[in-house]
Amino acid sequence: MKALVVAEHLGGKLAEITFEMIALAQQSFGGCDLALIGGDDSMLAELGAVGTVYRAEGAGLEHYEPERYTDCLAAIIEAAAPARVCFGHTSMGMDLASSLSARLKAPLANACIAADTSGATSRILGGKMNAQVALDGELALLTIASGAASAADGRLAGSPATNSVAAPPERGRIRFEAMVEPEAADVDITTQEVLVAIGRGIGNQEGVETAQELANALGAAVAASRPIIDAGWLPKSRQVGKSGLSVTPKLYLALGISGAPEHLEGMRGSATIVAVNTDANAPIFQVADYGLVGDLYEVCEELMEEIE
Amino acid sequence: MHVVVIAKRVPDLVEDLVIDSEGRALDPDETEYKLNEFDDQALEQALLIKDAHGCKVSVLMHDADGVDKILYTALAKGADSAIKVCTDAEELDGNFALAQAMAAALGTLDYDLVLTGVQGADDRDGQLGPLLASLLDVPCVNVASGVSAADGAVTVHKEYSGGKMARFSMALPGLLGIQAAAQSPRYVPVSKVRAVQKEASLQELEVEGDFEPLSRVAAMSAPEQSAGAKMLGGAPELLALLKEQGVVS
Repeated sequence: MKALVVAEHLGGKLAEITFEMIALAQQSFGGCDLALIGGDDSMLAELGAVGTVYRAEGAGLEHYEPERYTDCLAAIIEAAAPARVCFGHTSMGMDLASSLSARLKAPLANACIAADTSGATSRILGGKMNAQVALDGELALLTIASGAASAADGRLAGSPATNSVAAPPERGRIRFEAMVEPEAADVDITTQEVLVAIGRGIGNQEGVETAQELANALGAAVAASRPIIDAGWLPKSRQVGKSGLSVTPKLYLALGISGAPEHLEGMRGSATIVAVNTDANAPIFQVADYGLVGDLYEVCEELMEEIE
Repeated sequence: MHVVVIAKRVPDLVEDLVIDSEGRALDPDETEYKLNEFDDQALEQALLIKDAHGCKVSVLMHDADGVDKILYTALAKGADSAIKVCTDAEELDGNFALAQAMAAALGTLDYDLVLTGVQGADDRDGQLGPLLASLLDVPCVNVASGVSAADGAVTVHKEYSGGKMARFSMALPGLLGIQAAAQSPRYVPVSKVRAVQKEASLQELEVEGDFEPLSRVAAMSAPEQSAGAKMLGGAPELLALLKEQGVVS
């Protein structure tokens, strides 16, 4: 079955998800072609595992712009005529796949963790359910969850054949203005050996102080999942997960974090994961090495007393 | 300016999830629903634009159990109108079906800016924002935060991984999939919602169409459980572990 992987790059470098998708396409569909919009020649050197690289050529493609990239991909899909198109389940991939699904009336399976020629497995409902989606049309689209395959299996030195596709003109309804650099971090959570990470389960802003006190006692830094950042309780530089940072500390102590896939993506690589949560069925316990079902405040208090 | 918020209810993941007898979906009778939290962010962003520029804010939801309360709450928070979109089918299967119904509803309204949540827990066939924008043929920036609106255009940040963002400007009419409003969703006391319930009424908008999905779920199942975590009995065991790890001396 002919598959096309949509490459993703940011800051002049192909994203890991690109290689994960190539590996998945090899396992699921027996290989793939690749769509590259923007990007540069140096990226081809790592793409030895793909058949043909379809490159959109035209001015103004350096920076991602949703409509322009969607138009380019529609042109590439027409040229490459794939049966399956794989996108990263990422900020860019979700845009492109959804827009094209509606435009081309092509079925789309979201956040896939596996696929074969007859369908795909979507991870939904915060990782608590898998939906087996039947795909039997000529053209179907998939967004691929991070970690569905190993990037190392998809990265291969080589020089694939390339095929130029003319980029359609800009529509001008959306304009890229600038990259916005992340705010300067007071603490670099990616270099910490021990992280005390807090999630929605802390309930209120005072919980941040409790976590900070425990972190002080453990010589750790405080990190957090998305809801804590959105509430404005901690700066964005402390966010672990899909739209935040990936961390690999020696010890990751997760307090009141349920373990949504978006969060797990950023902390799975920690050497030891310990989770405290009131919900015994929370998905975090599936990735944690050690778990404790209980009230995080009581646990923190007891720990602090013992340590002091 | 008319800002329209498209909201949906999603299963509350804190509750146990029960699969129906056909094994293809959650059992609606056993499922607790709540407003999609990202749609709540979209509503808050719409209300912030209203606070700053005095626009009209409408909230649209597909008619289903429990949406009345969500819509009255939106009115109590400051939305100007709340509309239930009614279809022949009681349930719409997936976001593409929902996007078609909402596109039909929006076709009857004059709108400048459509806001919806970046995603929902039950998304299985794409994100509502870009699906809907594509059907409406309007531009869309998804995973949006830092929204400011003025003079027929918006500027917005789109978030990428690693805390990176890009700033875009987008012409109106257009659609944004909101990740986070500029502030946390405002709180409204229950007494105010009750008062609004007595004074105001919800509108109903019938839309015609089949609103069929492009794909169907053949089977739904809970993921195979790994051996999972070794469970600790309490804080003393956790402390012993921390000592073993060399974190506590």
